[in-house]
Formats: sequence, C-alpha cells, structure tokens
Amino acid sequence: MNAPAAASAILQPVLVVALSPLLVGMMRQIRARLEGRIGPGVRQPWRDLRKLMRKQPANPRGSSEVYRVAPLLLLATTLVVSVAIPFVCTVSLLDPIGDLFAVIALLTLGTVALALAGLDTGTAFGGMGASRETTVIALVEPTLLVAIFALSVRVGSTNLGAIVTSTLQDPARVLSPVSLLAAVALAVGIIAETGRLPVDNPSTHLELTMIHEAMVLEYAGPDLAIVELASAMRLTVFLGLMANLFLPWGIATSGDPVLLLLAVVALGAKVAVLAAALAVAEVFLAKLRLFRVPELLAGSFVLGLLAVAASYFLA
Amino acid sequence: MNLTAVALVVAVGLGLCASVAGSLCPRRIRCTVVGIGTAACGGAAMVAGLAAIGGQSASVQLPDLLPLAGVSIAIDPLAGVFVAVTGGVAVATGIYGIGYSRHGSDGRGVQSAFPLFVVAMLLVPVAAGVGTFLLCWELMALTSLLLVVAEHRTRPEVASAGRWYAVMTHLGLVAILSGLLVFAAHSSSDSFPALRAAAQHLSPAVSGLVFVLVLVGFGSKAGIVPLHAWLPRAHPEAPSHVSALMSAAMVNMGIYGIVRVGLDLMGGGPRWWWLLVLGVGALSALYGILQAAISTDVKVLLAYSTTENMGLVLVGVGAAGIFHSGGDQVLAGLALAAALLHVINHAAFKTLLFLAAGSMLHATGTRDLDLLGGLRPVMPATTAAFGLGALVASALPPGAAFVSEWLLLQALIHGLPTAGVATAIAMPLAVAAVALTAGLSVATFVKAFGVGFLARPRSRPAENAVESPPSMVGGMAVAAAGCVALALMPTALLPGLGRVGAALLGAGSPVTEDAITVHLVGAAGTLSPLILIIAVVIALVLSVGVVRAVAARPARRDTRLWDCGAGPLSSRMEYTATSFAEPLQRVFDDVLRAEQDVDVTHFAESKYLVQAVEYHRRVPDRVERRLYDPVLKVAAAWGRIGPRLAPGSMHRYLGYGFYALLALLMFLVVSR
Repeated sequence: MNAPAAASAILQPVLVVALSPLLVGMMRQIRARLEGRIGPGVRQPWRDLRKLMRKQPANPRGSSEVYRVAPLLLLATTLVVSVAIPFVCTVSLLDPIGDLFAVIALLTLGTVALALAGLDTGTAFGGMGASRETTVIALVEPTLLVAIFALSVRVGSTNLGAIVTSTLQDPARVLSPVSLLAAVALAVGIIAETGRLPVDNPSTHLELTMIHEAMVLEYAGPDLAIVELASAMRLTVFLGLMANLFLPWGIATSGDPVLLLLAVVALGAKVAVLAAALAVAEVFLAKLRLFRVPELLAGSFVLGLLAVAASYFLA
Repeated sequence: MNLTAVALVVAVGLGLCASVAGSLCPRRIRCTVVGIGTAACGGAAMVAGLAAIGGQSASVQLPDLLPLAGVSIAIDPLAGVFVAVTGGVAVATGIYGIGYSRHGSDGRGVQSAFPLFVVAMLLVPVAAGVGTFLLCWELMALTSLLLVVAEHRTRPEVASAGRWYAVMTHLGLVAILSGLLVFAAHSSSDSFPALRAAAQHLSPAVSGLVFVLVLVGFGSKAGIVPLHAWLPRAHPEAPSHVSALMSAAMVNMGIYGIVRVGLDLMGGGPRWWWLLVLGVGALSALYGILQAAISTDVKVLLAYSTTENMGLVLVGVGAAGIFHSGGDQVLAGLALAAALLHVINHAAFKTLLFLAAGSMLHATGTRDLDLLGGLRPVMPATTAAFGLGALVASALPPGAAFVSEWLLLQALIHGLPTAGVATAIAMPLAVAAVALTAGLSVATFVKAFGVGFLARPRSRPAENAVESPPSMVGGMAVAAAGCVALALMPTALLPGLGRVGAALLGAGSPVTEDAITVHLVGAAGTLSPLILIIAVVIALVLSVGVVRAVAARPARRDTRLWDCGAGPLSSRMEYTATSFAEPLQRVFDDVLRAEQDVDVTHFAESKYLVQAVEYHRRVPDRVERRLYDPVLKVAAAWGRIGPRLAPGSMHRYLGYGFYALLALLMFLVVSR
C-alpha cells in the first residue's frame, strides 16, 4: 500500500461525509435567497442530522430486516465509491474497482436497497416511490454508462483514474464533440439520479410529485439521518465525478501534502460551483410531469449514444 | 482412459440407471432414488466437464452401435464447459426434485424421462459426428417434451404449451438437420473433423446457407427473438425443476451449436454472419427484458429473462466472431470468454430463481406476483434464495453476472473500428443495448423480489404459506452455493475459458492468471470482485460502528405505518406487480402496445354514480401477434379448404389422379 493511495483513501471519504451536508445547506441557502427568503443557514442540514440521530429508532409494523439494512447499505456503497473515485488524487487504494461500470453499479445497488425498503413497508406510498425510482434508475443507469463509455473509448480504459489522468495530459480533449455530448448526457443523468429538479423535487412532500421522498417516507430518527446523509453524499460524489471527468485540474498525482491540500481546495471549489449552478437553475425550473421525465432521460440517452458513436468515428 | 472419459462414462451410466429406476421403483421411493441418481450423474458430469476444460480431452468411436455412421464421441474444452454447466444444474435440480416431484409429477414416465433428459443434454455437446449429434438432439427434445407435459392431467393449459413446444422444437430440428446435411454433403464423412476439413472448400453461398439454417435452428432452441415463442409457454407450465433444467441447461445447447458450427467447424466465416448474430442477440436481450419487466407471472418473467440472457451471450459470441474475422484474436478470445462466463453465471442464478419460484408455487399454488407478497416471515429460506438470485440476475455487484457483463462491455469497448463502418456502427449500438438491458433488469428483479416476497400478503394462500421440505431447500442451497462461489472467484474459471478460446480461435488467454483481480490481456482494464465485496463489507461494518457510537440508543419502537390519518392500511392498498411496472409499461408503450380495457358500471338510478369499475390490462407478445398469428391463420384457412377438395366423390379422386398424371407427362415432355 503506497502513501498517496492511503492518503486519498482516508481523505476522500472524510471530505465527502463532512462536506456533503454543507453542500446541501449551501444549495438551499442559495435557493432561499433567490426566492427572497432569508434561509436557515448553510449548517442547517448538519443540525438536522444531529437532531435526528438523538431520536428513538422506529420500526414500522410489518417491516423486515430489508427495511433496517437498506440505509446502511446505501451509506456503505456510497462510502466505497467515495474511496474508489479519483477526487483529490489520481492514485486510488481501490484502483481495481475504480472502474466506471463498478462505480455506477455500486451506486445503483444502494438505490435498489432503498427501493426494496420502500416496498417492504407495504404502504401505497412506499410502493409508489419504489416503482417510480426504479423506472428512473432503469433509464438513468444506461445513460450514465453510455456517457462515461464515450469518454473511455479514446483512453482505451474504463478505469476512472486512467480517464482523469489522460484528460490531464491532453486538456484539449475536453472541447471535443464527444466530451460535450457526454457532458450533457451525464449532467441530465446525475440530476435524475440524485433526485433534483426537474426530475424530482427534493423539498416537497406532495404525493403527486415525489419520487425519492415517497420511498423513504417511513424512515425516522437515526435511520432517516443515514438516508439523508447518504443522499447528500451521493450528490457530492456525482458532482465530484462530473467535475473531475471534465475539469480534472488541481487533482494531485502524487502524495505530496501540499498538492493534496491544493487538490482538496480545488475539488471543493469545483463542486461548490457546480452545486451553486444547479441551485440557481432549480429556481427557474418547474418539476416535469412524471411521464415527461422518461422523454428527458431518453433524450439524454440518445445524446450519450451519439457521444459513443462520435468517439468511435473520431478515434 | 483418462479422468474425463471415466467421469463421463460414470455420469451417463448413473443417469441411465436412474432412468431405469424411475420406471421400475415403487412410487414410495421413486422420487428419492431418481433424485439422488440424477444428482450423482450431475456430479460426475461436472468432474468430467471441469477435467475437459483443464485440458484432458477424450474421444471414443463406437462404429457398430448405430448403422451407417456409428456413434462418435469427443470431449474438448468447449464441450467441457457445457457438460459441466449441465452437470451442476442437474445436481441442484436432482436434489430439489426429490421433494418437489411428490406433488403431481411422480409418475413412471416423468421420473424416468428426467434423468434421460440430463443424459441427452450431456451427450449433445460431446457428440462428434452429425448423426450422433442429431440423435442426441432429438432425444433431448423428446424427453424435454415429455417433461413439459408432465402435469397435463391437472391443468389444461399445459397441453397448449406442449403443442407449441413440440412444433417449435421440431421446426428447429428441421432447420438444423437441413443445414448440417448440406454441410455434410460436401464432406467425406459426417464426423466433425471431416466437416472441419471440408469447410475450407465450401463456396460462400453454401457456407452462408448452412450458417443461416443452423442459426435459425439453434437460435430457436436458445429462445432468441423472434423464435422465442415457446419459451414463455413451456417454462411456466413445466414442473419447476424441469423449468430450471430447461432454462439453465437446455437453452445453452443453442449457444453451443452456434459456437460449435460457426466458430469451430466452419472456422469463423465472413463478418456479416457475426453481425447478424450480434444483432439478433441485442434484439433478444432488449425485447426479453422488456417483456420480463412488465410480466406479473413469476415463471413467465424468468422465462423472458432467459431470452434476455441468451441474447447477451449471443452479443458476446457475435462480437467474438466479428473480432475473429477482423483478425483480432485477443479481443475475440475476451468476447468468447465473456459469453461463456455469462452462460455459466446464467445457469447458476436461473437455476436458483426457478427453484425458488417453484418453492413459492408449491407453497401458495399461484405464480401470480399480484396475489403474493409477505412470504418473507413464513418462507425465510426461499426468500433468501430468490433474493440472492435476483441480486445476481440484475447484474449488480457483488453478483457474478456483473463480472461477465463487465467483461462483455470491455470486449465491445475495446473493439475499435479495426474493420469497416459496419462494425463501428454495430459496437456502440451493442454497448447501448447491453447498458439498457442492465438498467431494465434491475427494475425487473426489484419488482419480482420486492412485490413477491416483501410487504404483506395479498391473498389467503400467500398468508398460509409454509416453508418447503428440506430436500427442496437443499436443492436451492446447492444452487445458491454455486452463485456465491461464482461471485467470489470468477477468476478461477477465466483461465479455463481462455483455453476454450485458444482451442477455437487460436487466441491467447484474455486475462492474466491472478487469483483476486481480473487483468485483461491486450487491453487496459482491471476488476476485482473479491476486493469489491471486502470493501463493501468493511464500509458496512464501519457505518454500523459509527452509527452505534453516535446515535442515541433507546430500543426500537414498533410504530404505525403512515396512513394519512385514514385508518389502518389494508393489503389491497399495496403496490402490486402490475402497478409497479405501470410506469415502465407507459414509457415503452410504443414497443409493448398494452391492451387496456376499462368497464364502468353505473347505477341504474343515475349515470353519475359509479357502481363498479373493472380494469383489464394485457400485454400481448407483439412479435407473436405480428409474426405467428398470420402464419397460424393461414394454416387454419388451409385446413378449412382441405376438406372441400375431398368431398368423398370417387369420380373426383379419379379425376385428380388423371390430371396429375397428365401434368407429370407434360412436364416430362417439356423438360426433355
């Protein structure tokens, strides 16, 4: 085990856990200010988590182990992904699984666990949320795969570290049609996967519109805290992945502490800018009707497919 | 006689003994004897197959056993893979059958056909001559037909399924027969080595005809679209352990045939063959998983999932052929290894899923997911088995199918346009099809497991279900152990599969020999299933530890479900399989064309008051509607016209004879 790999293995998950709630807080604050409200402050999600952690865990009648294990599995898969993806350092401890297919599949595994938990409660809401979430996942997973495949064709590898390194060496590649098509497809996929507008509205509990919230409606106390934390972490992970795939500058290529520190700052800045852009965009967007969402996802899938085709012909 | 030959002879001998025992033993011990005999036969076959993959080939010539051509048998690494897979499935289904057969399928015919079916499937891949091959193929078809119609006395729909199966399987045989006969006509004898030598001298037209004919025949056995119509009929109606054997072992023979004839005997061939294979594979994968995603009958769902997985395997085989014809042997070996690994993984998880579905059917008497649910507390072993199978089937880590799909995608992604525009268009589309299939299979198996086993029971039978007898649980445990072993150590199998590619294509091993990590040879790519599993487990332990340390620790409290304040929720308010799949069905409505029917009954007093609303939804198999219905209609019309020609008038029959003779004479005069 070498030093940079170990450093990134500790640094990355700690960063993701610590910063994700702040990121969500920042997005809410930006929205609040743009909507003319004062807003609860950036640290509110952390305060919510602390409060939820102190509550008594609840067990809805009729639910099983699936319901209790799902939040932990969601958290665990997100943690593994946060170690495997090159965020602050291109050298990863989990390089053998730092593969885009493995990463997407791991994140999907977490979502599947949550969908099963939604079904497990046996309520209409849980089933509805699970059904909608799996429909979205069934369309998003291929979009993400195809989009990142487009990026990997020219590198000749689906290893994320290798993709990031090759973009570092050849920055002009970012402006190619392949990258731009893939970026748009990936952005739509990430918005859908993390349940943001216009696919899902994270701030409402209205049964006609909700996807993610319907699925986790029964969770309370520490379980809910884990689900909320993991959802925030997934948002950070996806935004970080997006940032480093297209704008990898600042990422450390060795274990030098100064470079690592610089990488942390660069990553924080990139993710914050992306999150702020997403928050600003959300103010101007209305949620799509549920059955218009697949049209959006199909569109992004086609863009991803075009990106793959372009990468074959331009290679 | 080496280990392979001995084990193969033992396996066939045990299978035949079990078959005889099935027809002679008294009813009381029949199922047990047959089950143990079949499992032992499967075990010996696994040894033979693994030894053959390891490099110990064997061949036997018995020229006097049959007139004309005799029987010739040879086992090489490729045959070894299929023998080992069939053997493994036979072990699990044999043990499971002991308990399962006691309820309705313990008759002499069924019990003696079951081991015979296994023996036939063991002999198909080791046959080394056209005559032997066709004989074993037909034996396999006949025994499986007997098993499909095993329950025809109790359920009338079995007969229809049997008819479909009989017709389709024999039309397939006709295609294979004519293809291989055309092939053998150009060769000195009907043995495979002679065919291999003759293949180089075939004209492109003849070899193309042979390949298309065998592709149709073997494709119908593998259940590829549009020849899949028998699959969603025969699999559900057969007893569950027979469905497992058919779905996990028999359909593989279609793949075997395509690989054997196309890649081995004919030595590759032009690129269009393999583009065709890739195309039908991608189409089958997508169509199969879409139909599976919306079906509510659990065994129909599994049958369509077989179509999907065989499609994925054919994508791999097609890619292997394309790379082979383009001269890229390393990638060809990788694609073929991915396809064969997927065959093995599919066999493991499909056996498990069919056995678990059989256990569910055994306990509740229904296959309809809409009526099930809530089986987890009463059937924990079956729930665990189905859950594991569903995890693997949805190609998510840490399942084994994830690794084979990863290998397949790696092969496709590295298949840069080495040769021509057609490949450059086909590869991205194949990647997209595989990716879309992966997404839809997640939705399918979340539905199957979540709706079928979790939540609360939706009907009385589901409420009163009890766990299955130990032999059935034992059979499921064997299949589950296979799934877990494959998930942990796919790396143990890959060198062997590489050897298959080496024997067929002259390729080197596609992966380096490393116990933990899969390193691709000649292409960048690594994946370590074992490290992945360990990492997830460590993360899980860490999260549990941190949450324990941070969270307050009062005991868990049982709470009411959120019911919007409207009183307790009944199980009628739960999501069913139909409602779960409704969004997907809407999304893919252009492909699926569901037929919906809403009947509203009003009160007689006022049409504004609704008395009852009845909702029907049916999603017919569209390929079937468009392709088979017209053919069946024409056949029926022909049947109605027939009697008009034969009204019973002797004069008319004499007239037919006279005009026929006249026409023949005129033909002879003209043609001379």
